[in-house]
Amino acid sequence: MSLLLEARFLNKRFSNVDALDNVSLTVNRREILAIVGESGSGKSTLLATLAGLSPADSGHVLYRDAEGLHDIAAMDEMRLRRLQRTRWGYIHQNARSALRLDVTAGGNIGERLMMNGARDYGEIRETAARWLDEVEIGRERIDDLPMHFSGGMLQRLQIAATLVTNPELIFMDEPTTGLDVSVQARILDLIRTLVHRLHVAAIIVTHDLGVARLLADRTVVMQGGAIVEQGLTDQVLDDPHHPYTQLLVSSVLPS
Amino acid sequence: MIAYNFAYLDEQTKRGIRRALLKAVAIPGWQVPFASREMPLPYGWGTGGIQVTAAIIGQDDRLKVIDQGADDTTNAVAIASFFRRMTGVETTTRTAEATIIQTRHRIPEQALTEDQVIVYQVPQPEPLWKLIPERPVARRAHALSDYGMMYVKLYEDITRFGRVSSAYDHPVMVNGRVLMSPSPIPAFDNPKMDAMPALQLFGAGRERRLYAVPPYTPVRSLDFTDHPFHPGRADGTCAFCGSTSSYLDEIIIDDHGTRRFLCSDTDYCAGRIEEAERRAEEGGQ
Repeated sequence: MSLLLEARFLNKRFSNVDALDNVSLTVNRREILAIVGESGSGKSTLLATLAGLSPADSGHVLYRDAEGLHDIAAMDEMRLRRLQRTRWGYIHQNARSALRLDVTAGGNIGERLMMNGARDYGEIRETAARWLDEVEIGRERIDDLPMHFSGGMLQRLQIAATLVTNPELIFMDEPTTGLDVSVQARILDLIRTLVHRLHVAAIIVTHDLGVARLLADRTVVMQGGAIVEQGLTDQVLDDPHHPYTQLLVSSVLPS
Repeated sequence: MIAYNFAYLDEQTKRGIRRALLKAVAIPGWQVPFASREMPLPYGWGTGGIQVTAAIIGQDDRLKVIDQGADDTTNAVAIASFFRRMTGVETTTRTAEATIIQTRHRIPEQALTEDQVIVYQVPQPEPLWKLIPERPVARRAHALSDYGMMYVKLYEDITRFGRVSSAYDHPVMVNGRVLMSPSPIPAFDNPKMDAMPALQLFGAGRERRLYAVPPYTPVRSLDFTDHPFHPGRADGTCAFCGSTSSYLDEIIIDDHGTRRFLCSDTDYCAGRIEEAERRAEEGGQ
């Protein structure tokens, strides 16, 4: 297991709230890490900070590539942008705000390729078609506008549009929240299959312990901006030590 | 009779515009803000172009003003007469005789020379405006030369129409660095901008931006490797001068939809007719 991303003592305050309170964590290559906690516990802030979208007040986010460890706060903007759109990916909770609804499905998938310098229409289109098959939308929908897609299809499209550059790390912010239960199950299944097959590492923010159990190798539990417990997912969920984790686990409705 | 300063604007304003122009020439294609003034005509009628012309025109210049290629349209006639009154300089319709050519929507058919300056009237200087609604975000994209999203539009055009559909204002890459709107000239004129011997200046009055392409600067129209840029032209012949290579306007001449094609560049068309008549006379003698 080699280290891919490391956070050291991240702190961030929003006026009088500690959004991040001395948060440290690591993500290894090909590992799936879940960040769980209730609303307002700082998990989305943590994800945005790790992904370089919003800076921390103090602390470091270090990313490891072939050349060594890089502090993302010290990278110039062009380099960070390139990293974010080639080796990283970010899947938003709301696919509608992440996609261009007035651009065809193929165009949405191709955007990341074109951002990275692809200039051959035929190749871009073929890659987009392949990815539409991959996420089970089907290549025949390549020229359809996402505004006519259902919520589940939009999320599939966003996944395709993110994975098209073969990233090594993806950030997911509540990827299945807001979808109905049967669709959730299929999206989770798709994420699990793709992530394992493509050897992508992933950080998933979720309030749904079921998602963590299904996907994650390791889980961290956040409360009030701090990590209160972390470990292997099964360990954390089956034998929670911290009272807050015990409360979370016991409040899951029996299925 | 109120006495105006030479070329209408006061000297300080002209200096401000010239400073902005120098910066624009130094960074080809880069949009430079300037203190656009109220002009005695509405925004959208060429206030940017007029201010640029006013800032660079001198006693010895000869001015030509065209609108859609024509010297005799309202906008062109009004601007030409404005400068005649405000500067006393000569105006001309002959492309070859002009030292400054102010234009809306066209580049003359006749190739321009090093001794000429062409001033474009620009309604929307930001080529990314349809893709990035927030101006500061668009400016960051320019700063980082981050233009991949522009290709999304080209991709969509090819997907829907089988070719790039922007018949005018097709975005260009200037000097391999800055994405620029060529102003609403037809795609047909885009190749003329590449390595043009004349200085090209662009003024957008409402948007308060200037930009420039210095002589002999590479200007490349965006395209895909497997769908190269294609300068569009109506497949027709000018009904007046018989040109098969100039840019044509399609004109409906009666209520039955009968169409005719005419050169959009009136000076070019008139020149060819004169030339043909002269040859016919010589041939007759």
